Amino acid sequence: MALDSKVPEGPLEQKWDSHRFRMKLVNPANKRKYSVIVVGSGLAGASAAATLAELGYEVRCFFYQDSPRRAHSIAAQGGINAAKNYQNDGDSIFRLFYDTVKGGDYRAREANVYRLAQVSNAIIDHCVAQGVPFAREYGGLLDNRSFGGAQVSRTFYARGQTGQQLLLGAYSALMRQVAAGRVKLFPRTEMLDLVVVDGRARGIVTRHMVSGRLESHAADAVVLGTGGYGNVFYLSTNAKGCNATAIWRAHRRGALMANPCFTQIHPTCIPVAGEHQSKLTLMSESLRNDGRIWVPQQKEESRAADKIPESERDYYLERRYPAFGNLVPRDVASRAAKLVCDEGRGVGPKVGDLRLGVYLDFADAFQRLGRGVLDERYGNLFEMYEQITGEDAHDTPMRIYPAIHYTMGGLWVDYNLMSNLPGLFVIGEANFSDHGANRLGASALMQGLADGYFVLPYTIGDYFVTAGNSKVGTDHAEFRAVEAAAKGRVEKLLGIKGKRSPDSFHKQLGKVVWEFCGMGRNDAGLRKALAEIPKIRDEFWQDLRVLGTADTLNQNLEKASRVADFLEFAELMVRDALHRTESCGGHFREESQTPEGEALRDDEHFSFVSAWEWKGVGAEPELHKEPLKFEWCKPSQRSYK
Amino acid sequence: MDFTLKVWRQEGPDFKGRLVPYAAKGISADTAFLEMLDIVNERLIEKGEEPIAFDHDCREGICGMCGCVVNGYAHGPEAGTTLCQLHMRHFHDGDTIYIEPFRAKAFPVIRDLVVNRGAFDAIVTAGGYISIRTGSAPDAHAVPVPKENAERAMDAAACIGCGACVASCPNASAMLFTSAKISQFGLLPQGQPERWDRVRSMVSTMERAGFGACTNHGECEATCPKRVSMDFIARMNRDLMLASLK
Ligand SMILES: Cc1cc2nc3c(=O)[nH]c(=O)nc-3n(C[C@H](O)[C@H](O)[C@H](O)COP(=O)(O)OP(=O)(O)OC[C@H]3O[C@@H](n4cnc5c(N)ncnc54)[C@H](O)[C@@H]3O)c2cc1C
Ligand code: FES
Repeated sequence: MALDSKVPEGPLEQKWDSHRFRMKLVNPANKRKYSVIVVGSGLAGASAAATLAELGYEVRCFFYQDSPRRAHSIAAQGGINAAKNYQNDGDSIFRLFYDTVKGGDYRAREANVYRLAQVSNAIIDHCVAQGVPFAREYGGLLDNRSFGGAQVSRTFYARGQTGQQLLLGAYSALMRQVAAGRVKLFPRTEMLDLVVVDGRARGIVTRHMVSGRLESHAADAVVLGTGGYGNVFYLSTNAKGCNATAIWRAHRRGALMANPCFTQIHPTCIPVAGEHQSKLTLMSESLRNDGRIWVPQQKEESRAADKIPESERDYYLERRYPAFGNLVPRDVASRAAKLVCDEGRGVGPKVGDLRLGVYLDFADAFQRLGRGVLDERYGNLFEMYEQITGEDAHDTPMRIYPAIHYTMGGLWVDYNLMSNLPGLFVIGEANFSDHGANRLGASALMQGLADGYFVLPYTIGDYFVTAGNSKVGTDHAEFRAVEAAAKGRVEKLLGIKGKRSPDSFHKQLGKVVWEFCGMGRNDAGLRKALAEIPKIRDEFWQDLRVLGTADTLNQNLEKASRVADFLEFAELMVRDALHRTESCGGHFREESQTPEGEALRDDEHFSFVSAWEWKGVGAEPELHKEPLKFEWCKPSQRSYK
Repeated sequence: MDFTLKVWRQEGPDFKGRLVPYAAKGISADTAFLEMLDIVNERLIEKGEEPIAFDHDCREGICGMCGCVVNGYAHGPEAGTTLCQLHMRHFHDGDTIYIEPFRAKAFPVIRDLVVNRGAFDAIVTAGGYISIRTGSAPDAHAVPVPKENAERAMDAAACIGCGACVASCPNASAMLFTSAKISQFGLLPQGQPERWDRVRSMVSTMERAGFGACTNHGECEATCPKRVSMDFIARMNRDLMLASLK
């Protein structure tokens, strides 16, 4: 299969403009004749659904929570990037583009990233107009901060709740269209499968989570904005319901899965407290702007933090990376933390044989800025930390440790955000597009909203005109067949009547992938995981216990269905990690590092996107490669020294 | 720690519910409340009993999905805390803990501790937005907003839409929720053109949805996990009066 990225010809700065001009427009009178299914109501899904409806399309929006406002985008804390250069500190569209490509360790498509930087400014304008209460300076203008590895201040924020405020903005736009009768919402409705007829995506099959009813929905295009797959690790900063089902089912129906091994670990999360742990909580990395990270110099240190004198502390990021210090990118900061903990210099309670935590210390900042300023910046984070750990970070340093946070991989899409299946579009974290092997802080919110507000609404029209207006209804045999298969699967899950709960399998899977496909990966470990995962999967299908029935709210049935998909997805993720023998971004292959222990890319052999084609459960998937060329941003070894 | 739970079990909207006792033994103090329920549920599954249904998602106090009445308090007895952020260290060994769904006419029970809060979405649909089409916004710096107003608007916008205010109000009023949204926009220059229509429309939708009136008990503010202030209710009432004069 030849992968055509459909990147337009021409100079970088003009690609998007000239493409917009060349794309065909749908006659305004005809727009209401086209229907779009949007799965997901996060930043990507809600912004797309609202904008498509404004344009006049008939839109249906599906999500598993009870209200669109609860999509996981709500949890983003830190901020959103844009190339406004309001701070006059040398930012520009080109610099945001360059930083994103470099930060992604040269594994993203240049043209997509440039477009992202281009539309970033319009996002801020739009959100302000919606009434998003961004932080402001005393003069009434917008405030910015520098975030995760950037040397300019280009991050816009709303206290520690930026994702919440942006999502509420998109939600309000969506509800305005609901009021106008142009969007119909489907709450507590989970997509279980994609329907493909003659190679084109034609609709979805869903389960209503309260009545258990299975339904078919047909449309002229299907848009997936279903978020990331971080929960394959069981413990992550994602919400409990985040899942890979939508993208995985689409994959099984022919959509290619790109770079699944590119997962991001966030350096500043609250450490695991024990076996009961059900999820991990992120402490925004904006904390790294004012906090200093350190561990004791001595192994097995037993003194409390305030009893360890300055001379016996190791501010290891400042020591190893003098230029960037505590602000090195996420992957670098995470690996450095793992390294010091593996050496036995971690802090906090022992989990297994090691103390998995490092200090994030605000003592200097309190002296420099005063408590008032810090509380204004981070008050809600300090409160959250205290709620969870029972410790007050005003008095004692926070303890943090890396956790899975974001997934760069996802369904393969072309420049138009369409997958290889015509009519199936993928936006937000669910696609693989813009972040390469590592995402910069505050860039996911930007990408989700860029896709939904400013890219997809244009490209989808071109598809409608080009693909023609032939209709396929839910009475088509393929809908019947897919619905029957979904029903069969639900019955199968309920019918095993084994002994183990869905969660127990999920935890078991999570441990395997975290250990062998987490922060550090190597050939032997990945092979081990490849042997383990099918065993867990077999056991799942023999020993699963789901009580209750299919026709009521049955949360364990929902979980079981998601875990079943994770058990297949995980295998592909590990396979991808095994195949990519280079290190890049969040994918650290221990065999491929510099003498200083930094990730070592192999551009000669791996400058491509891995796009995998499904061949059946347990069967070897087929690899397709989309070569990556760097014309404007020449690959260099990342160095944050 | 060991606890005795009395949990509301109800098979569906048309079934009668009842409190059922469960033992929750050997729970560590670092466990979050919902993790304690996870443990109880895992044990129920082991015994072949159907687990307790409860809503939750982010488990970090921001999505507004979780919420039950715990010992008579929405989200439990800790101030400024959602149920998912409440930890068992705030209880005493041997405590009996009552866990019931949010109760209000406008929030019918779906199953066990899960309720339908769709009425909140209906209120927002009635005007909880600023009418701006994608692509038509002026530069973000075109209109400066005094920092003070931006901060107040953010205080109001912090609402997570969990419904605790309704559950704790003796009248099951949704005034805190509704006024927070109205105030967020009312405090910003962008929100002015639609200000009067918005307040009229949202308030009348709220009343039709079956929420009660506000009689200044203040339970909503006391229980709000995001500490949204009742001042916004006064502000909304003022706006409503002014709107009637327009
Ligand atoms: C704790 C945390 C903090 C973060 N902080 C930042 C930050 O500061 N800056 C930044 O840029 N990024 C941040 N991120 C990343 C960013 O929040 C996400 O990448 C982004 O919000 C994803 O948006 P989305 O619209 O793609 O998906 P989501 O917001 O995850 O939405 C997914 C939607 O799909 C629906 N859905 C999923 N599966 C199904 C299904 N099978 N059937 C039906 N519906 C389904 C869900 O109901 C939901 O509506 C953070 C992430 C986390 C976890
Ligand atoms: S689960 Fe999201 S607020 Fe509690």
